[in-house]
Amino acid sequence: MSARTAQISAGRQSALLPAVLALAIGFGMVFVAGLVQAETLHDAAHDTRHATGFPCH
Amino acid sequence: MFSRILTSGLIAGAAAGLIAALLQLYFVQPVLLHAELYESGQLIHFGAEAVSAHPETGAIDWTRDLLSVLFTMLVYAGYGLMLVALMSLAEGNGHEVTARQGLIWGLAGYVTMQLAPAFGLAPEVPGVAAADVQLRAFWWLGTALATGVALWLIAFGRNWAAWGAAIILILAPHLIGAPQPDAFEGTVPPELSAEFAGRALGTGLMAWTLLGLFSAWLWQRAGQTQAAPAHA
Repeated sequence: MSARTAQISAGRQSALLPAVLALAIGFGMVFVAGLVQAETLHDAAHDTRHATGFPCH
Repeated sequence: MFSRILTSGLIAGAAAGLIAALLQLYFVQPVLLHAELYESGQLIHFGAEAVSAHPETGAIDWTRDLLSVLFTMLVYAGYGLMLVALMSLAEGNGHEVTARQGLIWGLAGYVTMQLAPAFGLAPEVPGVAAADVQLRAFWWLGTALATGVALWLIAFGRNWAAWGAAIILILAPHLIGAPQPDAFEGTVPPELSAEFAGRALGTGLMAWTLLGLFSAWLWQRAGQTQAAPAHA
């Protein structure tokens, strides 16, 4: 295994968990603000949802 | 690593989100308020008399607009976190992510989260006919996911198997087709609907290119600060 491959392999492992966690949190934020249909949330985020292209009502 | 992703993504997202919100308030919100006059029946398209294209849409509603700013910032902060998380994965795989390349990352994010879903479900002004919202949300999410994976395969795939899969993933949601309404019963003039879709996509493009730029720049900057030796 070359030094560069070893470096990339180490980088890949240490990067995976934080990236997956951040992806999940980011997706959760977009999902709550953009797609959840609870009435209060829908009303508060109404204009944002329309203007950002989410399916709204 | 996690705190580097979190701070870069959230700050870039909040900044791009604030700009997106201001652009939306100026360019998109007037069209939305205009359309709501038709949605509520205050104006009637193709009624007995022709309707002015420049009606009074009422005073600024500060609570409503402030909520829109907050939620747009929340959406973009979420986009920012996802974008920086993917940048960190690309870097872990040996690909450099510079601020200039951030522009391309932003464009790819825009295609994933706005343009590809809009190809089947155009940004929808209040008062138009549409299919069931759950079905549309499901198609929307599937399209964004398939397009995002496809663009990753195009950028980082190394052979035709990856690129071929990317082509299939990009086309599949549109070949299947987005859920459409059974009948066209919208009350809003098509002129407003078209203007709204153009404006929503345009402001999205501006905000997403900035999001890509900010994300990559902050991600690099945070990396340099972390890598620099501590001064005693």
